[in-house]
Amino acid sequence: MSPSPEILFERVSKTFSRPDGGAPFDAVRELSFTIGRGELVAILGKTGCGKSTTFNLISGLIRPSLGRVVVQDHDPYAEFGWFRGKIGIVFQNDRLMPWRTAIENVTLGLELNRMPRPQRLEIAASWLARLGLSGHENAYPHALSGGMRQRVSIARAFAGKPGILLCDEPFSALDEHTGNALREEFRELLRQTGATSIFITHSIEEALRLGERLMVFERPARIAYEATLRAGMSEAEREAVRGRIRTVLSGEA
Amino acid sequence: MTLADGDGSSSRGAAGKFAFIGFRYESVVALAGLAVVWQIASFFVPHFLFPSVPEIAARLLEIFTSWKSIGDALSTSTRILAGLGGAFVLGTFLAMPMARSATFERYAYPLLNFNQGIPALSWVVIAIIWFRGIEFRIFFIMVMTTLPAFTLQVLDAYRAMSKDLFEMTLAFRPTRLDLFRTLIWPTVLPGILTAWKVNLGNASRVVVVAELVGATGGVGYELLQQQQIFDMAGALAWTLVLVIFVLVVQGFITLIERRALRYRAFAEHAL
Repeated sequence: MSPSPEILFERVSKTFSRPDGGAPFDAVRELSFTIGRGELVAILGKTGCGKSTTFNLISGLIRPSLGRVVVQDHDPYAEFGWFRGKIGIVFQNDRLMPWRTAIENVTLGLELNRMPRPQRLEIAASWLARLGLSGHENAYPHALSGGMRQRVSIARAFAGKPGILLCDEPFSALDEHTGNALREEFRELLRQTGATSIFITHSIEEALRLGERLMVFERPARIAYEATLRAGMSEAEREAVRGRIRTVLSGEA
Repeated sequence: MTLADGDGSSSRGAAGKFAFIGFRYESVVALAGLAVVWQIASFFVPHFLFPSVPEIAARLLEIFTSWKSIGDALSTSTRILAGLGGAFVLGTFLAMPMARSATFERYAYPLLNFNQGIPALSWVVIAIIWFRGIEFRIFFIMVMTTLPAFTLQVLDAYRAMSKDLFEMTLAFRPTRLDLFRTLIWPTVLPGILTAWKVNLGNASRVVVVAELVGATGGVGYELLQQQQIFDMAGALAWTLVLVIFVLVVQGFITLIERRALRYRAFAEHAL
């Protein structure tokens, strides 16, 4: 018998009502997929195609209107507390608490997981050092650059050694140079930790660089194209995947 | 940059040393200027209308050297703090369900607005008719007059909480207590401190009205005595007692604010 998937979506739909009382709309419609342990999946799609809704469904911040979401054999919404320390998230913007220093921001998840203070400070300091932020431990977010703040938020997500890592366009708010530098470090970190990782992006190049498996979404959050990027794939094969993704994305309204 | 912004290198005499409680050099100059203008006016206006500054200072000194007067000042201070404390606790308990339930807010908001339209003096009359104990009457008046401001300010502070930060914290699966400790409390604290500062001024005005009618001690009671004997210097000295109390408490709140909100960035240029 094959092991149960790390993440399972079974005919999942999510409908939102409009605040102005208009007709409800489907952000996700009958979406089904599985992700195995340790997989690195990039989800691609245009703005408004339901990527972030899928992300929020996996993280348990919202519940499906229909269907079933199972993460590590548990319901991420209903069994909210069970996932403490098991999911790490890197958001599009850094989302640092302005009243906490860099190191205090990194320790947040560890603190909520009841880890003793000396231990969590040690772990946080080592992650900050790993991401090139030694000497900035006691700086408040306002004193850090955008790239530095995003590094702190990456350290915060990794510090708890989560089994699942969710990343929602973490480099889109950064300039090209900082984004590229951070992207390389990030890929290396993902490989080292071995966590199941889902990476949401709207950049084809970013998806090809970071993902081992690609899922291209079309509105409302349905998989229009899926590809697995094998190690040692030729440039021609990668170009074929790139072209297919472009075709799928340009075919959307 | 001003002294109050915490420029440690600046030195402007005694005022500079108290910059940490928001005390500025300019404040000393402004208050000294007011005293000078008053003193000049006292040369040209009848004494019973504009007593001299030394005379007011002497009466103030009398107050601070008499145990009975100190007791009066302390009881007024206690009434202000108790009333504000009561209104703050009640306001917070009202603001939280208002923030969480739109239905509750739709019922509570009109009642708070209605309350805001009721003058302090009406609450004095109502308290006298409803309650027998003097202290409870004053407490009731203080709470009812400062409750709407506390509730609305705590509500605003709660509403200003970033949705992004809320989602981020929630992703770590905090308990309710952890969520309050790590996110809600630090978010609402600036608003709460501002609410205390604003309401302190309001409460110091209301407490005098409350004490004028019925109390047998306190600054309001003493002001009534001065009015009956037409003693302007005494009235001003008792008023100064209340002003000093408000300034001391505001300095204390500023101290907490500077410590608790030290993470905030500030621009070098003011608008």
